[in-house]
Amino acid sequence: MLLKRLTEASGVSGNEKEVRDIIIEEIKEYVDNIQVDKIGNVIAYKRGKKDSPRLMITAHMDEVGFIITDINDSGLLKFTTVGGIDHRILVSKSVKVGKKQIPGVIGAKPIHLQKKGERLKTLSLDQLYIDIGVNSKEEAEDLVSIGDYITFYSEYVGFGNDLIKAKALDNRVGCNLLIDLLKSNTDLSFYAVFTVMEEIGLVGAGPAAYTVEPDISIILEGTLCSDGPDTEEHLIPTKLKQGPAISLLDRTTLFNIDFRKYIVNIAEKNGIPYQFRKTSFGGNDSGKIHQAKSGSTTATISVPCRYIHSPISVMAKEDYKNTCKLLKSILSEIEKGDF
Amino acid sequence: MNSKEFLEILSNSSGVSGYEYRIKDKIISEFNKYSDEIKTDNLGNVIAVKKGNLNKNKDRIKIMLAAHMDEIGLVITAIEEDGFLRFATIGGIDPRTLLGQEVLVHGKKDLFGIIGAKPPHLQEESERNNPVKLEDMYIDLGLKKEDILDLIKIGDSITIKRNLIKLQGNRVAGKALDDRAGIVTLYECIKKLHKLNHYSDIYFVSTVQEEVGCRGATTSAYSINPDIGIAIDVGFASTPELPKEDTLNMGKGPGITLGGNIHPGLRKKLVEIGKEYNIPFQLEVEPGPTGTDARAIQITRQGIPTLCISIPLRYMHTSVEVIDLKDIENTAKLLAFFVTSISNENLEGLLCY
Repeated sequence: MLLKRLTEASGVSGNEKEVRDIIIEEIKEYVDNIQVDKIGNVIAYKRGKKDSPRLMITAHMDEVGFIITDINDSGLLKFTTVGGIDHRILVSKSVKVGKKQIPGVIGAKPIHLQKKGERLKTLSLDQLYIDIGVNSKEEAEDLVSIGDYITFYSEYVGFGNDLIKAKALDNRVGCNLLIDLLKSNTDLSFYAVFTVMEEIGLVGAGPAAYTVEPDISIILEGTLCSDGPDTEEHLIPTKLKQGPAISLLDRTTLFNIDFRKYIVNIAEKNGIPYQFRKTSFGGNDSGKIHQAKSGSTTATISVPCRYIHSPISVMAKEDYKNTCKLLKSILSEIEKGDF
Repeated sequence: MNSKEFLEILSNSSGVSGYEYRIKDKIISEFNKYSDEIKTDNLGNVIAVKKGNLNKNKDRIKIMLAAHMDEIGLVITAIEEDGFLRFATIGGIDPRTLLGQEVLVHGKKDLFGIIGAKPPHLQEESERNNPVKLEDMYIDLGLKKEDILDLIKIGDSITIKRNLIKLQGNRVAGKALDDRAGIVTLYECIKKLHKLNHYSDIYFVSTVQEEVGCRGATTSAYSINPDIGIAIDVGFASTPELPKEDTLNMGKGPGITLGGNIHPGLRKKLVEIGKEYNIPFQLEVEPGPTGTDARAIQITRQGIPTLCISIPLRYMHTSVEVIDLKDIENTAKLLAFFVTSISNENLEGLLCY
């Protein structure tokens, strides 16, 4: 299954190769042109019957993770985070290190030996390290090096009522949507762009938009969903199983109102459930894309994911299906020429 | 079955204190192959006996070897309207190790779930700078309450879902290695005794409820009434945040405990055996009562001479405890040679103060 392969692949920001290779392999037969640009973005073009407006659909390939900063004398690995990770999620987890995917664990001081009050404090990065089971720096250096990237170790699991648990659903779910779209029959030509390094500051999107020069862009994402207990209704950004989330605004973009209404109309006309992403928190590649060159229209459509930026993000299969349906409907509407 | 295979089965299985019935059959079926008798007592302790073959009389010495089969875990305390579960801890759990874990909820069947909490961006800054409190966490099963009610109930146990991870060399990481590594040590020991002769009857006891106060050792030691009791548990292995003097080294053999909980004569013998058979060992000092089954055994009936042997383990009471399989092997060897060295002739001398 493609989403399993995509989420289990390692693709920390700046080290997207494994994910990029899977994507290229998947899409090459379905596109007319494909290039990897100078910073690692995949820019593919799929020709349809109609070329305008110039449409770009993007999804970022990278995920949050870690990088080795030092190896100590006893062979334990010091690390720092790449992208936004709540440090409180790290303790008592397993990870995979470097190209060889060496298994490691992030342990913690035994509760028995903690001083009074220690448990009330958050463990900081400088207290944490990764144990791969070696005795010395030399043994460790045979296997890993400073600068090696590290991902959470988390398998793709189906559970509950048609839910999926995996790491990196943000944003392999967007990659998967875009791949599915390329594989489907669409009459409108479009650029499919898989960007690098979104999680460390929207790095790839600007240069990609500069190259493609889109009139309209749609950014596909896996986004914040917190609909657990104790959350007041007005604070819930998105809910699971309520359909694709259409962004209103975030810290990087005030999304084009006409284009958003246009998308909402399409969803309603086709009976596709949708919701708004009701928080200004966070940002995505749109921030760079809508400001590239002389500027352009953008929208973000996301699959809601609980617990993003952790090893155990969760999404609903039905939200994926409805997002896919909405995207296809948008493409056929734009092709009819009414936007 | 080799020690790694057995450890993998035991570590991946669930048996929270008080819920050991979930794991005991896996222990019984393996020990059954090597013991003369096996039984489960009222509290659930599994007692396997290997009788002495050098002494045909009835007055055989009884040596009790105890390792606990229970593990720390969670228990359901409430099922919320939206299907999320609330829980409490059983045994010493640092709540900081729970956030973002995958769990198995052991109801009519095992249900997969995730421990979640309010996401960071919805937390106040003061909340973000502090660990998430246990009462603010919940378990997400991805199911509605009405779908859940037939499958699980308040009081069902929960364990972290973790399959044993193979690290470099002989090291493995997983949950509940405290003290399933001890059970595997007993298993390796009973296998070795099949190739050795011994005077004493050896009682291999997989105890219950150690994590909540050594309760299984209390009752099993009473009923067995051994001449010698030995607890096989795990000891703190060295990591950067722990003082060197409080820890054991990984891969350097079992820790032999010294202190008030330990009979000095027996301990001296144990050290001699280690030296005689060239088995690496380390010393571990605990002046007061150890927090292990050795404590419960020592004060059973009129008092029992007791030893405590520790397998070095890192990150105790997390779901990524690390041990070195070599240490299990050396602990089993030390135990086997020790128990075979005890006879009706030398015991009195060893116990003499």
